Amino acid sequence: MDRIDRILQDFQHVNRDALIPILQAVQNEIGHLNSEAIEKIGDHLHLPASKVYGLATFYNQFAFQARGKYHIRVCDGSTCHIDHSPHLLRQFHKLLGIGDGETTRDGMFSIEVVACLGACGQSPVISINDDFYHSIKSGMINDILDDIRMKNP
Amino acid sequence: MLNDGSDRLKDRLTEIVEGEPGKYSLGLQKIFDQESKNRIDRTVIFTGANTPGKIAGSNKLRGAINRYIEDRKIDADVAQTGTLGLYSEEPVISIQLPGRTRVFYTCVNEDDISMLLDDLFHHTLPEEKLLGQLRNEAHDPWPDVPFLDELPFFAKQHRVLLKYSGIIDPVSIDEYISRGGYRAFLLTIRNYTIDEVCAMIEESGLRGRSGSAFLTGRKWIVARETAAEQKYMVCNAEESDPGAFMDRALMEGNPHQLIEGICIAAYAIGATKAIIYIRSEYRDSIFKLETAIKKAHEYGILGHNIFSSGFNLDISLRKGPGAFVCGEETALIASMEGKRGMPQSKPPYPTERGYHNNPTVVNNVETLCNIPHIIGNGPEWFKRTGTVYSPGTKIFSVSGRSWHKGLVEVQMGTDLGMLVNEIIGGSRRGHELKAVHIGGPYGCMIPPQKMNIPICFEAFKKEGFILGAGGILVLDEKTCIVDLVKYFMTFMKQQSCGKCIPCREGTKRISELLDEITRKTADLDQHDAIEKFRALVQLEKLAAVMLDTSLCGLGQLAPNPLRSSLKYFREEFEEHIFDRNCRSNVCRELRTYYIDVELCTGCTICAKRCPENAIIGTEKHPFFIVSDKCTGCGICREVCKFSAVSYN
Amino acid sequence: MVRIEVNSRTIEALKGQTILEALINNGIQVPTLCSLPELSPTGACRMCVVEVEGMDKLVPACSFPVKEKMKIKTHSGRVLQARKMNVELLLSSHPDDCLYCERNGNCELQKLAEDLNVRSRNISGERRGYKIDGSSSSIIRDPSKCILCGRCVRICEEIAGVAAIDFGRRGDRLKIVTAMNEPLDFSSCIDCGMCLLSCPTGALADKTSLQELDRPLDDPATKVAVQYTPEVVVSLADEFGIRTGTDMQGIINSVLRRIGFDYVFETSSGAEIAVMEQSNAFLERYGKNDHRPLILSRCPAWVNYVEKFRPELLSYMVPVRSPHQIIGRLIKGWFAEENSIPVNRICSVLITNCSAAKHEASREEYYSDNVPDIDYVLTTREFARLIRLHGINIHELEHEDTDEPFQAKGSAGKLFSVAGGELEATLRTLYRHFNGKELPDPRLGKLRKSGGIREESIVVPGGEIKAVAISGLGNAAEIAKLIADKEYNFDIIEVMACGGGCINGGGQPIPGDPERLKARIKTIYDADKNSGIRTAHGNTAVNGLYDSLGFLPGSEESRNKFFTHIKAVKVLK
Repeated sequence: MDRIDRILQDFQHVNRDALIPILQAVQNEIGHLNSEAIEKIGDHLHLPASKVYGLATFYNQFAFQARGKYHIRVCDGSTCHIDHSPHLLRQFHKLLGIGDGETTRDGMFSIEVVACLGACGQSPVISINDDFYHSIKSGMINDILDDIRMKNP
Repeated sequence: MLNDGSDRLKDRLTEIVEGEPGKYSLGLQKIFDQESKNRIDRTVIFTGANTPGKIAGSNKLRGAINRYIEDRKIDADVAQTGTLGLYSEEPVISIQLPGRTRVFYTCVNEDDISMLLDDLFHHTLPEEKLLGQLRNEAHDPWPDVPFLDELPFFAKQHRVLLKYSGIIDPVSIDEYISRGGYRAFLLTIRNYTIDEVCAMIEESGLRGRSGSAFLTGRKWIVARETAAEQKYMVCNAEESDPGAFMDRALMEGNPHQLIEGICIAAYAIGATKAIIYIRSEYRDSIFKLETAIKKAHEYGILGHNIFSSGFNLDISLRKGPGAFVCGEETALIASMEGKRGMPQSKPPYPTERGYHNNPTVVNNVETLCNIPHIIGNGPEWFKRTGTVYSPGTKIFSVSGRSWHKGLVEVQMGTDLGMLVNEIIGGSRRGHELKAVHIGGPYGCMIPPQKMNIPICFEAFKKEGFILGAGGILVLDEKTCIVDLVKYFMTFMKQQSCGKCIPCREGTKRISELLDEITRKTADLDQHDAIEKFRALVQLEKLAAVMLDTSLCGLGQLAPNPLRSSLKYFREEFEEHIFDRNCRSNVCRELRTYYIDVELCTGCTICAKRCPENAIIGTEKHPFFIVSDKCTGCGICREVCKFSAVSYN
Repeated sequence: MVRIEVNSRTIEALKGQTILEALINNGIQVPTLCSLPELSPTGACRMCVVEVEGMDKLVPACSFPVKEKMKIKTHSGRVLQARKMNVELLLSSHPDDCLYCERNGNCELQKLAEDLNVRSRNISGERRGYKIDGSSSSIIRDPSKCILCGRCVRICEEIAGVAAIDFGRRGDRLKIVTAMNEPLDFSSCIDCGMCLLSCPTGALADKTSLQELDRPLDDPATKVAVQYTPEVVVSLADEFGIRTGTDMQGIINSVLRRIGFDYVFETSSGAEIAVMEQSNAFLERYGKNDHRPLILSRCPAWVNYVEKFRPELLSYMVPVRSPHQIIGRLIKGWFAEENSIPVNRICSVLITNCSAAKHEASREEYYSDNVPDIDYVLTTREFARLIRLHGINIHELEHEDTDEPFQAKGSAGKLFSVAGGELEATLRTLYRHFNGKELPDPRLGKLRKSGGIREESIVVPGGEIKAVAISGLGNAAEIAKLIADKEYNFDIIEVMACGGGCINGGGQPIPGDPERLKARIKTIYDADKNSGIRTAHGNTAVNGLYDSLGFLPGSEESRNKFFTHIKAVKVLK
């Protein structure tokens, strides 16, 4: 059985309240949302696809593009901001050739700007998948990316 | 005999409620002492299981500690705590040897562990990275080590809600009960009518801690008096102000305190269903709350016919998929109903028609954490702290360019200057405090000359400031006010739900204009500059209309950072516009970089690293920067080994 | 009853009313942008803000309930300043192309700016560089002109029952989107055009072929035939400031001839052919339970809806062409042949109330030998533009007659304009079939009541024929489900996508206000009352057409000519 159908099976006899939890479950499972997911979820909850899509685009959590193998989160909380996180971000853009919410063509990297990662004590902070890097300087970014590329020749 | 009943606290809740703290039977007291680690027979090493600790590397520390213990076959426990609130000094670990007080170390890294523990197990205290010891009359204190409550950071705080954060094991319901937890709730459902509870909270004068300053008791009474078959208690844990992390610390450091607050609130309004709407990013908080709820069910504190009172309550979690505006109560409810988180016009208020049109009370985490203390100690006790209009304490999350960063809980009415200068130690060493920004993205910029203001709702309102959720951002001379206001306005522009015109278009216009004045444009002539300045002044009028006509608080308050900055830091805006100069050197596009031909060796590194390809030249000859292409990122200056790159 | 004070005058309001309702009832005007009477209030545009004594902020009149002794100022300096500022904000990023805009002179934003005396650009904002979505055959979307009032979203969901669009994203990137941001043509949009009527600005506009029309009109070798629907006849007046509901048929004929059309026809004879065909189809199916009920398929938006949303209903539908496509087929086929015009020398134009007719004309089923049966479709609005373009003073024209053979001799076809009318005309004919005599009173009153669902029945030997007319697809959704579940006991069902029927079609003059609608409907019913020929089967002109064609209604030949194909269409819905 299809992965989406299997998730929907866990949500029987539910109403619209379950829309966000279902979208979250689907995104967790397949990494992003696509039209198949939107349609199936809409059918399951008797909601028009436009409503499901409209809702999903409202919230930060939902992505419509597959994330990279390495998902980079750049914190732009207020402390990181005054510690120059925008310059870090611009460097990532330049070095990877992608913008926020985009994935490199080889599927290796994707960038997301987040409001606060919760490490205001060690700003500026970024995370790559589950690893955190704190007190980053702009010159370090190239090295961080190179390290990852070395691991994935 | 010490063993005068079951050794499980779960079975002795009645005894706890009927007895009086301090006068419990010895057997019960013994369990309390054990669970609260007042008396231990084995060494306990505490590491931080909390977000700031984790990011700073506490997981690695825990690994190192475990390896150390296993390798040496040492008889010791490794326990977890929430955060002590000293974010700038994370990761923090503490060690309690049997019979001795607990000592705390800060900024510990993996390599420190073996030396540190070696010394400790030989009963000598390494002084490096030592923070202090926890006061405990029952144990021998370490000589010449300050008590935590003597340190400037803690001494001037008044910790009620954060009292046990960083001290106790957050997931242990037994430890919470041992320290007096759940007594207030169980007393409530046994002894108080719902009217009495509402009256007590109203009497206490507790005001919503998310910024609204609305009387919590009044809100409850409206919901209680609205007839409906089902009512809902909703805990708003969608803490998404950048730089606000007090709710997360409360949930990670002592989740049962929040659960108890929710239980009492639900009882008071007659709700049998409570929902915690929490940011999905708060994974650690979610885990801790889920564990706490499960435990509370196990102990009969949640569920059906709680403590034979006839009161039923279930608490469920909703993971907010990320939208700042969902902190607004009607938007939060829309989100729970599976809709876009767009605020609704009030009236009707959620207390009358909320979640699925049922009366719904939405209170924030910090507000609810106050409840057990008020019920347990009485409204009079609560009113003794804080001011008449704003009784109680308030937690502030301090970040930015301050000496300490972290969580500060003080009485309402505390002098802001004292908080900034004494508790958090002012700005970073060698830097000058420029301003303090309070209240998150719709907060206000407070200049040094206003720093003597008491922190409370009424004084802030009088000055036109707001407390917001309580995020404090400390700014020094390296921070550009214009850039920071632009940051907040951009944030608001992106976070606005977009429903009403003043907020959607207003935040956008303001951030566009600020963007323009911080960007390099082809020569801005005097006429353009005056036009820009005129537009900036026009923004004040716009801000007034946004306040007057926006649908919800987000739009109404969005221009706050701009308004207060224009009032106190107007000259910085003027410099950006007329002189095209950023005195803090933050707005890099306003800089002009150049290469000193005398110093440049033509090594080509800058040209290779320039992301804009703005540097040209021939190897071994001086290079040049094409100023039209340069975005002022400054990488060339960073990478130049010969200090040949400068800017003006 | 509640007494409130407005601008120092006491007025009465009903308990539970909003301030706006109370103000409207008392003839006090405050501007609105996002509110429409038939839709739920959202309080989004903040245009209706008023000052209420004791409140520290302005309150939106549309969602704030009245209270006894409330003191309201609707036009204080503070209120006017706020409204003006909000309009200026909208204008600050609005494309400055009013002079080129389809809604120039009929734009609510433009009017507000004028009314609030906005005279200079005090705030300048970045233009939104959105791409125009021209994928649909009926509707052009220009998101740059959109002020995000959400009327189209609500009308599409609440009235049309389609919900092809919703708000997408948020904040400064807020935009009206289809599911997965597909172009409109690939979305679940059914082209009904309800959104076109509701849009306050030019963000939604007709996909127009006005300019292309010049070529055939200027080419002396090409014969241009035009047909117009009876809805256009009763609504064109609104575009020229003539009393709403005036019957403009004679004027339209002379206008069209002046513009240069060679043949000027009216559509309702096509409607009467449709009555004959679907009556025959009904007779064929009557008594056979597996095809019950029969669902009429004349509304192109309804056809789109069934194809996209409810393909399980396809077997209940008789795919009779819509009236204008019946005429369209006859013009390019039989009529051209009769008049010895080669098919590449005849151009067929439709002027209609219906925006879905544009999509319909582009369907491959309506092409014969790679030539469309109808070449160009103009809405009533575009027709008015065409008249102005040709500088014709409509007020000074004499009435003229429609050309043979497609004239409006009877009134049964005209009834198609209003919800329930198609059914009324069809039941008249069916009654005659079953009972051998005419209905004693051709006026079937229950079908003329207001409301989205109107039920009626006629007595036939051995029982009755139960019929229901549904207008507004929002109402149809539930019934469609019941039919699919075989839980509804009807023999024949009419569905009109637009609320109130074609008279309120997506191609009609803007604004589509309810008072105008009533006047137009009255004209149609009056024409029926005063007509000598009130049934399709009794219309000699229609019978004459069949005679000339040389076949009978319900025959194999007629099926070939007048029937079409409908099929399931897969979209994200």
